[in-house]
Amino acid sequence: MPDDFQGPMIRVVDLVTHYGDRRVLDHVDLEVQSGETMVIVGGSGTGKSTLLRHIIRLDIPSSGHVYIKGDDICHMPLERFNLLRRKMGMLFQSAALFNSMTVEDNVALPLRELTQLEDSTIRIMTRIKLGLVGLSGFDNYLPAQLSGGMKKRAGLARALAMDPEILLFDEPSAGLDPITAAGIDELILKLKQAFHMTIVVVTHEMASAAVIADRITVMHEGRVIAVGTPAEIRASPHPRVQQFLNRTPDQETRDGQAYVQTLTQAPS
Amino acid sequence: MSGILAFLGRYTLGLVSYVGGLASLSRKVIHWTFVAPFQGQSLKWRSALHQMVLVGVNSVPIVGLISLFMGIVLALQGAYQLQKLGAGYYVTALVGVSMTRELGPLITAIVVAGRSGSAFAAELGTMKVSEEIDALEVMGLNSVRYLVVPKYLALLVMMPCLTVFSDAAGILGGGAFTMYQLEHTFAMFLTATRDALVMRDISTGLIKSLVFGLVITTVGCYEGFSVKGGAEGVGKSATSSVVVSIFLIILADVIFTAIFYYTG
Repeated sequence: MPDDFQGPMIRVVDLVTHYGDRRVLDHVDLEVQSGETMVIVGGSGTGKSTLLRHIIRLDIPSSGHVYIKGDDICHMPLERFNLLRRKMGMLFQSAALFNSMTVEDNVALPLRELTQLEDSTIRIMTRIKLGLVGLSGFDNYLPAQLSGGMKKRAGLARALAMDPEILLFDEPSAGLDPITAAGIDELILKLKQAFHMTIVVVTHEMASAAVIADRITVMHEGRVIAVGTPAEIRASPHPRVQQFLNRTPDQETRDGQAYVQTLTQAPS
Repeated sequence: MSGILAFLGRYTLGLVSYVGGLASLSRKVIHWTFVAPFQGQSLKWRSALHQMVLVGVNSVPIVGLISLFMGIVLALQGAYQLQKLGAGYYVTALVGVSMTRELGPLITAIVVAGRSGSAFAAELGTMKVSEEIDALEVMGLNSVRYLVVPKYLALLVMMPCLTVFSDAAGILGGGAFTMYQLEHTFAMFLTATRDALVMRDISTGLIKSLVFGLVITTVGCYEGFSVKGGAEGVGKSATSSVVVSIFLIILADVIFTAIFYYTG
């Protein structure tokens, strides 16, 4: 893994994936440059979280490629990808803290398992990460004792434990009140400025996207329908993009004949 | 007609993929337990020890009690038949052989499947739902190594221990009946038991218990990993882990008993 790698950090090419018979991602292309914050927005069920899962190989695509620093991660042996994965961190929607462990043990877990560091060093590094996300002093709390926003911060501290170059966020503000959500946005901005990380955020909050994004990708029904800076996205003529920006609900098409048919039709 | 065929086809495919999933998980568990430690991927003994307390030590009272009762029942049923032939002395032998060869391992397995197999499914299922298993994978930590192998190790150690305990409790239960009802002395009971049992009775039972342990771990954990949806999915998996474990335990029992019969 050369550290002077020049091309895009993350490159997704022609990605197609299915859940059962349903096509979730439909020929998706995406490029994220080094140090860039890319925000993927779209409604529920548009495949944006699925795309994120493919970037860190939690799902394997039906066809297409995902390149991290130029390496095709879908077709490399798992052992090799696990080495690459150490340079990637992910914050899950539910924070995904291990409920049986304290906050400190959660953050320390990757360091204990993947490095040969002394326990005292690990303890110090853990404290630094917790301080970074504003959770100093919560070392010995169990996840169940934390609020939603604090769980996300702890999950972020764990994602940061191995000093990743790439950080992925799945719905960082989901389930949080606007003030806490803004706090998380602030934290993402801080990380971006301090560590020059490559960040991919999946969200449906346009307000949050506008604050943190260098570029925004808009997804609809498994396809990428627009890519650009926040200003370019706002100016996009695409009706779906405008509908998303303006929070316009889908028009219900009520064709009387067809409606009666759907009611009387025997289930297939 | 085509509907029935389609149903049968789908059902068969589902069954094949389920069995395939179990086989694949068993293979991984055995690899991470017996092969990987020699390649520098150490076992998680701390976690295994914790599991041993949960599945082993905490099961002792219930396994002991059920086995004791089972021994009494066996002695009652045996005495009913054997006394007609004037062979009341052999009740002790009957209880001893039945417990060690068959009922000790079986009762232990059924209790552990009910207590711990379902707990495995619920624990892993909850972790699956709350994305904790994904989080492990994202860190590059293998979920089978971290979550399943400690449980398997625990059962590997604890199933034989519990089985020996169950054997003893059952034999004592039977002995209590013979001493009370048939007026055998304690010395008679001991002699009768020692004469009736050979090492092979106990060892075949212990071999079975190891197989049952693998079945319980694999089914419980596989059900946990395949949880879909929220709390309801966890409940369903916990239930079906018990049903499937008990079915497979009995199936393995038939196979191994047959093997021991024809090779003995």
